[in-house]
Amino acid sequence: MNAAAALSMRRLAALVRKESLQIVRDPSTILIAFVLPVILLLLFAYAVSLDVRGVRIGVVLESDSAAAQSLAAAYAATRYFEVTPARDRRDVADELVAGRLRGFVVIPADLDRRLAAHGERALVQVITDGSQPNTANFIEGYAQGVIGNWLGSRGIAAGGAIELVPRIWFNPELESRRFLIPGAIAIVMTMIGTMLTALVVAREWERGTMEAIMSTPASILEILTGKLLPYFALGLVATVGCALLAVTAFDVPLRGTWIGLLALSSAFLVPALGQGLLISALTRNQFVAAQIALLSGFLPAFLLSGFLFEIDSMPAPIRALTYVLPARYFVASLQTVFLAGDIWWQFVPAIAAMLVIGAVLFTLTALNTRKTLDR
Amino acid sequence: MNQRLRSQVVKELLSFLRDPKSRLALVGPPLIQLFVLSFAITLEVSNIDVAVFDQDAGPWSEELVAQIAAASFVDRVVSVTRAQQLEQLIDRREVLVALDIPADFSREVAAGRRAEAQVLIDGRRGNAGQIALGYLERIAAGIATDLHEARAPRTMPVVTRHWFNPNLEYQWFVVPSLSGILAMMSSIIVTALSIARERELGTFDQLLVSPATPVEIVIGKTVPALAIGTLLGGMMILAGVYAFDVPLTGSVLLLIACLLLFILSVVGIGLAVSSLCNTQQQAILGTFSVVVPVILISGFATPVENMPTFLQWLAEASPLKHFLVIVQGTFLKAMPPAEIFANAWPLAAIAVVTLSVALLFVSRRLQ
Repeated sequence: MNAAAALSMRRLAALVRKESLQIVRDPSTILIAFVLPVILLLLFAYAVSLDVRGVRIGVVLESDSAAAQSLAAAYAATRYFEVTPARDRRDVADELVAGRLRGFVVIPADLDRRLAAHGERALVQVITDGSQPNTANFIEGYAQGVIGNWLGSRGIAAGGAIELVPRIWFNPELESRRFLIPGAIAIVMTMIGTMLTALVVAREWERGTMEAIMSTPASILEILTGKLLPYFALGLVATVGCALLAVTAFDVPLRGTWIGLLALSSAFLVPALGQGLLISALTRNQFVAAQIALLSGFLPAFLLSGFLFEIDSMPAPIRALTYVLPARYFVASLQTVFLAGDIWWQFVPAIAAMLVIGAVLFTLTALNTRKTLDR
Repeated sequence: MNQRLRSQVVKELLSFLRDPKSRLALVGPPLIQLFVLSFAITLEVSNIDVAVFDQDAGPWSEELVAQIAAASFVDRVVSVTRAQQLEQLIDRREVLVALDIPADFSREVAAGRRAEAQVLIDGRRGNAGQIALGYLERIAAGIATDLHEARAPRTMPVVTRHWFNPNLEYQWFVVPSLSGILAMMSSIIVTALSIARERELGTFDQLLVSPATPVEIVIGKTVPALAIGTLLGGMMILAGVYAFDVPLTGSVLLLIACLLLFILSVVGIGLAVSSLCNTQQQAILGTFSVVVPVILISGFATPVENMPTFLQWLAEASPLKHFLVIVQGTFLKAMPPAEIFANAWPLAAIAVVTLSVALLFVSRRLQ
């Protein structure tokens, strides 16, 4: 097969047109490419907030002294807690089991004596609901913070002699949506690139229409390109849509350039589409393809890409695994392009890694597809 | 069970279990997910790299740096000699936090004054950065305590006890929750596909002209998915107890009963989605569009009580939210039956509503 026959523009155009019509006509592709992304961005902006505040705790006041009252008031005043007052710890213990409170602070009957003893015994006891470890940690930290400030206001220095002054770059207010929404774009692209492609192509295999196309004069290269170009375009359109929404509606800055964003997105779509194609070629069944795409595409993009959970903190084998996930490179670069700017020193290796993974996936797909024609 | 119903259930089960690939795809991915994700999902911070620009090089700054380097959450301390290098390392995401210690640091500490050091945090990884800052502050406070000990007794103002999970093992939270999430995903997709596949292949009309009544059709679609989902959920709960050593303190019987109810409500959602779809592709993508938001507002990723009121109401309609309370409570908290029932009846309500919708749809198609 010579090069000219391998890629005829006319045949390619026809294939692209066919695939595009299929996209436009099926409401489910519109749902996944435009409706779900908007819902996802909304949820990441408003529902999934890592900025904890208003945690419901109980404050058990066992003493009526002025000091105890003022300490209880200090807990009630902070915006990090929403306090339910109580007189007896048994009243709040059940609430903890039920999950209506996430912890409680016990201000003991002998608080004044403990204060006078200058720290021989702890002033208050904090009980947390350990079944939610993250919230438990938060309560422990802020319960200490409140009492530290309270002691300070009474002229008892509890703070250390060393103060660490934090300066948070790129995101001074530490709003979690600013790093979650760029990550959510990676998830949207994975859904379009991997999930949708895997399904669409698996369906053609399942129904036998893939063989029908294969029996036409179109070459494998044309068929694969014709399949992928529309989804590539759809992915980029969805990215631009998400980015516009992020910048205008969700107050996420785009400190890098659109060129940087598009270069990264295009590079990511290569392995994402490759993965989708490979899954469909291997499974040829929509249910199996969906399960595999979920397992190897969506969930890793969601949970192993460093988007919600820090990669550094994962055990070594899983950390090693993340290096073959294109989403790992994409999420990190997206967060940079939105929050920091175009740092090509980071982008170039990321783009290269994504293209290499993509090349491997396409080679595997081509091998698998060619075989079946010969069979 | 009458003959018609039984053969329909058998047929449904066969459609998933006959094909070896489907069989594998049903059981394999959820179990792999359970084992990989339960190790990956943690909000603790460890193995991070820290950059240090020590302009002081005095005893106290060296003490601080040495303690940071020895800390269990730190993998590597990168010493730099220029302030720009700190910025560069953060820009390139090579370190999560960078410590800038001024030249008068040791002098201030020795003089008993308040010594300041600046911590630069990569805001792109704001959450991990904030947690790491907390760890660093603990180290700094520890050094300060050593200093004070000589002069005056220091107040240890708070003693904390974590109930139900004294060492705050993250897996004790993740594994029971994942068993609910993964069982939900599998059973919802199995159900959503069941009607959609028949419609795509045209066999749904055959089913409709058969003597089977709408109730029978819905039951016939529900029972196999219920069996598959409950079995998967049960397997993962067993894995939680035996493979991950999560303590199971509550009533196992009640947990199984709630699992059944939970899967039933999920199957109802799957059927409702399925009834709106003409093709398998639509069913899978439709399921997906339902499942992802359901997981996000369930309280798994972040607590429900932090969400805006509107979403908190919406979360009440999500079966996963209620099941997570039950499964976490039964595993760790020995939750009393009254509390379990308080979270179980919404599951029943959701099941009734969604199954009725599915029934309504099938009846309408029949006319």
